[in-house]
Amino acid sequence: MTSKLRLTIDPISCTGHGLCADLLPELIELDEWGYPIIGDSVPPGLAAHARRAVNACPSLALRLNRAAT
Amino acid sequence: MSRPVAGQLAAPQRGAELRRLTLGWHHSDRAATLREHADRYGPAPLGRISRHDLLGHVEAAGLTGRGGAGFPTGTKMRTVASKRGPAVVVANGMESEPASEKDQALLARAPHLVLDGIALAAEAVGASEAHLCLARTRDWLIDIVAAAVGERQQAGLDRVPVSVHDLPHHYVSSEETSLVHWLNGGEAKPVTTPPRPFERGVGKRPTLIDNVETLAHVALIARYGARWFSEAGRAGATGTMLTTVTGAVRQPGVYEVEAGATVAGVLSLAGLDAGSEAVLIGGYFGTWHDISAVGGLPLTAAGLKQAGGAPGAGVLFALPPGSCGLAEAARIMRFLASQGAQQCGPCMFGLPAISDDMAQLAAGRPDGDPLGRMQRRFGVISGRGACRHPDGAVRMAASAVRTFAADAHSHARRRPCLASHRGGSRTSILPVPRPWAEQEWR
Repeated sequence: MTSKLRLTIDPISCTGHGLCADLLPELIELDEWGYPIIGDSVPPGLAAHARRAVNACPSLALRLNRAAT
Repeated sequence: MSRPVAGQLAAPQRGAELRRLTLGWHHSDRAATLREHADRYGPAPLGRISRHDLLGHVEAAGLTGRGGAGFPTGTKMRTVASKRGPAVVVANGMESEPASEKDQALLARAPHLVLDGIALAAEAVGASEAHLCLARTRDWLIDIVAAAVGERQQAGLDRVPVSVHDLPHHYVSSEETSLVHWLNGGEAKPVTTPPRPFERGVGKRPTLIDNVETLAHVALIARYGARWFSEAGRAGATGTMLTTVTGAVRQPGVYEVEAGATVAGVLSLAGLDAGSEAVLIGGYFGTWHDISAVGGLPLTAAGLKQAGGAPGAGVLFALPPGSCGLAEAARIMRFLASQGAQQCGPCMFGLPAISDDMAQLAAGRPDGDPLGRMQRRFGVISGRGACRHPDGAVRMAASAVRTFAADAHSHARRRPCLASHRGGSRTSILPVPRPWAEQEWR
């Protein structure tokens, strides 16, 4: 069985600090108001970076989920 | 097992119109009493129909939610019924869509049809409590419904008690997670899902949330059966639906039509002004279209999909000849931008930004390139809120720019149409885009 990692944002918790886009620019960009726009699935090579971005979120709004495929 | 009697309800029909829920409304301008209700429809089969049969009838009838999302009601009921522990039923009578009046009209004329539906749904899903949610600003409606609940208590009709609630009246308060959050003691604001209410809703229990019109249809399906229900309906849709028709029509109001009736068929019931060229389908959360392009399409999710529309809660607004569609859309957008719960960034900042773009465009006083900014912003806001508020607002704005494309380009070149110059009176056709006075969320 394979599984893939997905990034999700709780939009109510997110306050637009923007740290996630600094730490993971490959998958996250900020809109004109500073809120993150995320790429859906995380390639295996970026898993460690994604975890770091999740841990750095001051609002605990960014999450990494493992979705079965 | 009960035996539904097909054809028991002989309903008058005219064009696309078919009166079932609205039977007898033209005889009376007040709520039907419990006795009048029973005379009209016969008694509800409460306690005389098994859970199994009722779920089967609702599924076989093909009933879909009449609140806007259009999800199959039987599927939702069966999902809630299959969860462990006693369930909760919530009837959504908030009707926060400003252009819609059908739920208020239904509750004001036939409250017992809705209350029958709540009682039957409670039996079908194994609920031990039921709630009916209304907007706090409508005292008159709360009084009517409370009186009807009182009549039923005196008659000892309902096994499951129904509590009537008055919730803060905001556009997003009618969202189903808002209802659950408020009933659980919080603010009437949407919350992040999952869990969805059918898994963990009121009191952490599995919760069935249905629009009041949907529940009224359940009350008739339980009486007359799935076959009777689906004798009406066209283009793959079954039953009847309530619509609110406003704008450039001779007789604006609530019309009950066969599900699947065409857009033109419904507009003509209300006496469409032949000069009207555009229609807003689905209300403030809906989409603008050229009448010539959608007139022949069924007013269903499947039928309107090709045109990028959806019936929503069944609202049709015909744009009066001589009015500016961009100006109307800008006013709706300003309202929607003001009606967010101020929780999610893309909605909190994105909708006011689009609203400013639209206002500049409508006035023919562009600062830079509002059309270009809007197109870019349309692409990044949808799907990024906890609820669908930003998605609906963006869809409405995008449809206006698409439908009134020629106007939009002249307005962007500082050549606004004549209608948008005339100021308030000619363009202020749609009801209530002033934000409600309501400040409270609890």
